Amino acid sequence: MPYASSEKKPALIWLQGVTCNGNSHSFLNLPYLPQLLEKYEIIYHPLLEGTSTLHELVLNKAECDVLIFEGAYDPLMKRHNVSLKDIVTHYAGLAKYIIAAGSCASFGGMFKASAPERNTGLILNESEPQGPLLVIKQKVINLSGCPIHPEWLGFTLTMIADNREIPVDELNRPIELYSRLAHHGCTRNEYFEWKVDSKAFGLKEGCLFYEQGCRGPMTHASCNHILWNEVNSKTRAGTPCFGCTEPDFPRKNLFTTKTNMSIPVDIPVGISKRSYLALAGVAKTFHIKRLEGKLIDEKRNN
Amino acid sequence: MSRKPKEERRDNIISSALKLFSERGFHITTIPDIAEKVGMSVGNFYNYFKSKDILAKELVVYISTYLGDEIAKINDQKISTKEKVSAIVKMYFKMAREDPEKIEYFLRVYLSNREVFGGGGCDGMLCVSPFVTELMIFFDDGVEQGNLRNQDFFSAFGLFMGYLGGMVFLFGEKILPKPLNEYEESISENIYNALRVQ
Repeated sequence: MPYASSEKKPALIWLQGVTCNGNSHSFLNLPYLPQLLEKYEIIYHPLLEGTSTLHELVLNKAECDVLIFEGAYDPLMKRHNVSLKDIVTHYAGLAKYIIAAGSCASFGGMFKASAPERNTGLILNESEPQGPLLVIKQKVINLSGCPIHPEWLGFTLTMIADNREIPVDELNRPIELYSRLAHHGCTRNEYFEWKVDSKAFGLKEGCLFYEQGCRGPMTHASCNHILWNEVNSKTRAGTPCFGCTEPDFPRKNLFTTKTNMSIPVDIPVGISKRSYLALAGVAKTFHIKRLEGKLIDEKRNN
Repeated sequence: MSRKPKEERRDNIISSALKLFSERGFHITTIPDIAEKVGMSVGNFYNYFKSKDILAKELVVYISTYLGDEIAKINDQKISTKEKVSAIVKMYFKMAREDPEKIEYFLRVYLSNREVFGGGGCDGMLCVSPFVTELMIFFDDGVEQGNLRNQDFFSAFGLFMGYLGGMVFLFGEKILPKPLNEYEESISENIYNALRVQ
C-alpha cells in the first residue's frame, strides 16, 4: 500500500564514488522527477538541494532509508577527509534499500579502469562477488547502465516508495527492467533476420550486429522498449549497443564484431552456436532486393 | 526396427534415384525409371516426392545432412585441429569410394545444373546448410583454439572443399594413378599447412 501523506517520507542519500556524474545527469531528465521527489526526503544529492551538507553527512549525522551510490567504489577514497568505506558502510547499515546507480557502482564499470586492482562495485567486481556491501547484498539493487535510463531509477524509487517488492536477477538487477535484451524492439529486426549488414553508423538501413559490433542480442537492457528521451535508442539511431549493462563493460575493441573466419565469436544469449550458424549461414547467402538499397527508394522508384 | 516402413521406402527411393542418376545420368532418368527400380507404382511415388525437381532438391538436403552429421561427429571429438582435418578428408574420401553416388550427385548434378536448383527451392546455401554449418563450426573452433589463421570464411571454405571436390572429381574420371586413400595424408597436410597459423 502506498504510504499515506501523514507517514514520514523515506530519507534518501545519494553518495558518489569515482564517477562522471552521468547517472545523476540522466536522472535529471526524468519527466516526472518533481512528483517522484515529493515522495522522498532528500537528505543529500550532489546536484539537487538536500537538507544536509556533505560535511554533516560524513560526520554520520543524517538519517537514511534509501542509499543511492553512484560511481566505482575505491577503498582508498575519502570525502571530507573521511574514508568512503566508513561513510558507505555506516549509511548502508541504516538503509532499508541500497541502489547501485550505474555500471560503475554495480560492477566496477568504466571507473574500475582507473584502479583495476582495487576499484569494484558495491557487491560485484565485474561478475565476481566482491565489494564493501557483500555481506548485506540482499539489500542491494543493481541498476547497471552507462548511464542508466532515468526511468529505471524512477521505477525503482516508485516501487520503494510504494513498498512494493522488486524481484531481482542473479546480478541483483530488477527483472522487470533487465529481462529483455536491448535487441528486443530494435527497428532493424528485419535486417537482423536476413543478415543484411549496415556498413556505417547512422544509416536507417541494415543491422549493426555482424560488422559494427552491436551487443544488443547479448545485453540485458530495456533500451528498445523504454526509449531514451522517450523517442529513440542507440540502435534505432544507428549506433551499435555496446553492452553497458553487463558486467564486462567496458570491453576492448568496441564497435567491431569479433569473428573467427567471418563467424561471430559472441552470438545471441542462450542460443547454441550450431543453431545460430545453421540459420545465419543460410540467410547470409540470400539476396533480397528490397533489403539491399534504401527503403525509401523502393517506393520512390515505383 | 523402430523405423516406419514409410521412412524405409523413402530411403529406398533416395538410394535408387542416386544410383540411377549415377549410372544413366540425371536428365535421362525418369520418375517411372526410379519407381520401377524401387518396385512401386508411379502414383505411389508421387506420394513421396511430388516432382523430379522436388526430388532433386531433397537429395541435396539428404546428402548435406549425411555429410553434416559425419563432420559433426568429428567436430565433437576432443582431437586437435590437425587431426580433425585428417578425419574430414578421410571421411570424405571414404564416402567417395564406398558411396560414390552421393558425392557424384553433389558434384555432377547439384553444382552443374544450377537451373534445376535455383529459383526458390535451393536458393543460396539453403539446401547445403547442414554441411556448411558443420564446416563453420570446424573453422570457428580452429581459430578459437589458435590453430587456424583468421581469414574470410569463403577463402578457407573454397580451399578445403574445392580441393576435396576436385580430387574426387579426378577420382571419378579414373585419372588418379593411385588409390584415393593413398592421397589422404598429403592432402590433409596441404590443407592444414595452408590454413594454419604460421
